[in-house]
Amino acid sequence: MQTPLWKTILIWGICAAGLLYALPNLFYTRVEQHNDALRAVELAGVSTPDQDAAIAQWPNWLPSGLVNLGLDLRGGAHLLAEVQVADVYKDRIDGLWPDVRDALRSERDAIGNVRREPSDPGVLKVKIGNPANMARAVELVRALAQPVVTLTGVGQTDIEVSAQGDTITVQLSEAERAATDSRTIQQSLEIIRRRVDEVGTREPTIQRQGTDRILIQVPGIGSAAELKALIGTTARLTFNPVRGRTSDENADPGSRNVLLPAADEPGMFYIIEQTPVVSGEDLVDAQPAFDQNGRPAVNFRFNPSGARKFGDYTAANIGQPFAIVLDDEVISAPVIQSAIPGGSGIITGSFTIEESTDLAVLLRAGALPAELIFLEERTIGPELGQDSIDAGRVAAVIAMIAVSLFMFASYGLFGLFANIALAINMGLLFGALSMIGGTLTLPGIAGIVLTIGMAVDANVLVFERIREELRGQKNPVRAIEIGYERAMSAIVDANLTTLITAAVLFSFGAGPVRGFAVTLALGIITSVFTALLVTKQLIALWYGWRRPRTITV
Amino acid sequence: MAWRLRLAPEKTNIDFFRYQWLTFGGSIALMLVAFVAWGVMGLNYGIDFKGGTTIRTESTTPVDIGVYRGALAPLPLGDVSITEVFDPGFAPDQHVAMIRISALDNTQSVTPEVIQQVEDALVAVDPAISFTSVESVGPKVSGELVWSSILAVAITSVGILLYIWLRFEWQFALGGVLALLHDVFITIGIFAVFQLKFDLTIIAALLTILGYSINDTVVVFDRLRENLVKYKTMPLRDVMNLSVNETLSRTLMTSITTLIAVGSMMVFGGDVIRGFSFAIFMGVLLGTYSSVYVAKNIVLMIGLDRSDKPKSDQGNQFAGIDA
Repeated sequence: MQTPLWKTILIWGICAAGLLYALPNLFYTRVEQHNDALRAVELAGVSTPDQDAAIAQWPNWLPSGLVNLGLDLRGGAHLLAEVQVADVYKDRIDGLWPDVRDALRSERDAIGNVRREPSDPGVLKVKIGNPANMARAVELVRALAQPVVTLTGVGQTDIEVSAQGDTITVQLSEAERAATDSRTIQQSLEIIRRRVDEVGTREPTIQRQGTDRILIQVPGIGSAAELKALIGTTARLTFNPVRGRTSDENADPGSRNVLLPAADEPGMFYIIEQTPVVSGEDLVDAQPAFDQNGRPAVNFRFNPSGARKFGDYTAANIGQPFAIVLDDEVISAPVIQSAIPGGSGIITGSFTIEESTDLAVLLRAGALPAELIFLEERTIGPELGQDSIDAGRVAAVIAMIAVSLFMFASYGLFGLFANIALAINMGLLFGALSMIGGTLTLPGIAGIVLTIGMAVDANVLVFERIREELRGQKNPVRAIEIGYERAMSAIVDANLTTLITAAVLFSFGAGPVRGFAVTLALGIITSVFTALLVTKQLIALWYGWRRPRTITV
Repeated sequence: MAWRLRLAPEKTNIDFFRYQWLTFGGSIALMLVAFVAWGVMGLNYGIDFKGGTTIRTESTTPVDIGVYRGALAPLPLGDVSITEVFDPGFAPDQHVAMIRISALDNTQSVTPEVIQQVEDALVAVDPAISFTSVESVGPKVSGELVWSSILAVAITSVGILLYIWLRFEWQFALGGVLALLHDVFITIGIFAVFQLKFDLTIIAALLTILGYSINDTVVVFDRLRENLVKYKTMPLRDVMNLSVNETLSRTLMTSITTLIAVGSMMVFGGDVIRGFSFAIFMGVLLGTYSSVYVAKNIVLMIGLDRSDKPKSDQGNQFAGIDA
């Protein structure tokens, strides 16, 4: 029963490497502090004595990868948000209106008066005074179309223009919508990431899911509501001209104007122009501050183009009020005292210090391009996670001991070999999880426990086969060799079908279920490795040492 | 000869078809019962599938469901169900309850304001209470999850069907997959009859059952394939019996080790994962049973064409390696 030397070295080498990678998990807290400190030092460039002490807790030359704990084990908040991508269509279409108007007015003689008609959001309806020249009008509007830059939408333009009677209808084209959606999601992801990073929690997961959804998981945060307050706010800041003030919430604001509530005066409404002068996109910085009366406020600064627009407008409208609008609420509507050319200003309102700090964070991180609707919210307390870890650990240890005893009682010495292989298998499983940076969830722990029970299956198959062979012929070496060979096809088939299941689980499941699929799949691979190769090595070692004339399995 | 624990005698000669009307018939009957229970009683869907909110409370004072219910009654909520949770792993002064609030008809999950009201109302009646987990799922997502779950089970079944077809014969594939569905549907039936909470993790458990149960069946089929070549003239029924008898010891061993492990998870693994462990436990039991009593019966019923088996690549020790 000889295996080539290189194979022996390879097998034990893999075992040693796997166990080495699993090692950090035995000192979880210590290694975690080490890793955190190391990362912080790398980022800051200098280290504090505390951080040095934390780094010294674990030698740098050892692997320091840890199995990530899933949200259900660590505690934290989970949100599934749907981005309202259609919001952006409306903005795009509204942004198009001035261009359409100017284009049509340039040939007013032929086309006649131009008026925007009320329509569904995301649709622009324009009525022209002289329907006889509709063809020319459509041509003018079509000239505004831009080609869409996507991989699939070659040759398509961004808007669709159609005419009926005296009305031109402008809509975003299919290709443009798809391109816009994808951009909106990307922007939302980026902004959510920035906002979560601003708060500085560890290892948040922010992922796109499906076409228009974003999954956000933040470990260690107190509740989903807290997280939602942070990322759920659109934080769309605009500066709009004010047309009037009223306490009648049903007042007709007139065309191209909107009625918005005042944030600090319940029951009061402002009539403001729909098209903003400047918007938050032009902001480069925002900081919490205090106004001259010592009340919390937010200082902001525009980029050059924003500063120019803001300066021009304030210069032209001295004495007029303008509204600072945040998420469809008028925060304040100060009267312009003088032109503000420098591009910086202050937002005052009835803020608390906390609110002004939050607002500054939100403005700095940028506005979300569209509203988020939360489809799923989960908060798991850290103590529940710890309970689950403890219970899982107890279950795993008991399962391990019981299965080992059972294997030993059934197969004697060979059972012992299988048990050693099982122990190595557990080490390899954790090593592999750490190496790929896998996440352990509660169902994942269940997957490990299940692996304990199923891992010995390959050995059972082999041992039963050896027994059968021993009944026929007495040469133990032959019996062992044939036992391993004959059991092979059953083992391969049985485990490949389970791998198919794990693959479906992985692609279908999210979060905890996915964690289960990963441990299940890794467990299958490591268990086949240990049950076939490692036990065979052990048996060969034992056989070479004792040279028994007969064996009993 | 050293002493060994034996689950089956060294050589058995059981006729597994003898009481076919009872075993196979029983399986069909059980499946029917499962379908009826599923259809009539329905499943006790968790929020994953139905939408709504669950709040897990923990307190040092004993849970009084009546008081909790009283505290929540004035709030404008949908259906509220409150159950106390017991677990041997809890500390003596650890009292846990689950509160489930069904979703109202909107796409948002229950609003944080409502959850805050619920929490405040409960703190008012029990100041020691804490909320160890709060989960809300909107009806929109839950509706999709139902479909994607059904799809996942279907895809897995088809995947296994194709694999076995590739490696064996189509009759084996059909028999194996029907046996799988038997295991899955009876497990679902058990959840319906006892109205156990059915959530996403249970779907994961069902998929695991698919993977496990086919494992057992494949081992029997593998031996059957080998024996079909070895005993060319023996009637199919006898070859099947022989194969099951030969693999019986292994089938029982593996089932027991798996049941030990999953049983340990079920007892000691905590209440959060108990439903999941229970589903896998039932699935393993059923899977063992169906690989002995269901899968091969179906193959026998369909019949196998044994005339043109090429001897070369069947039944020798490399049969499983290079196909």
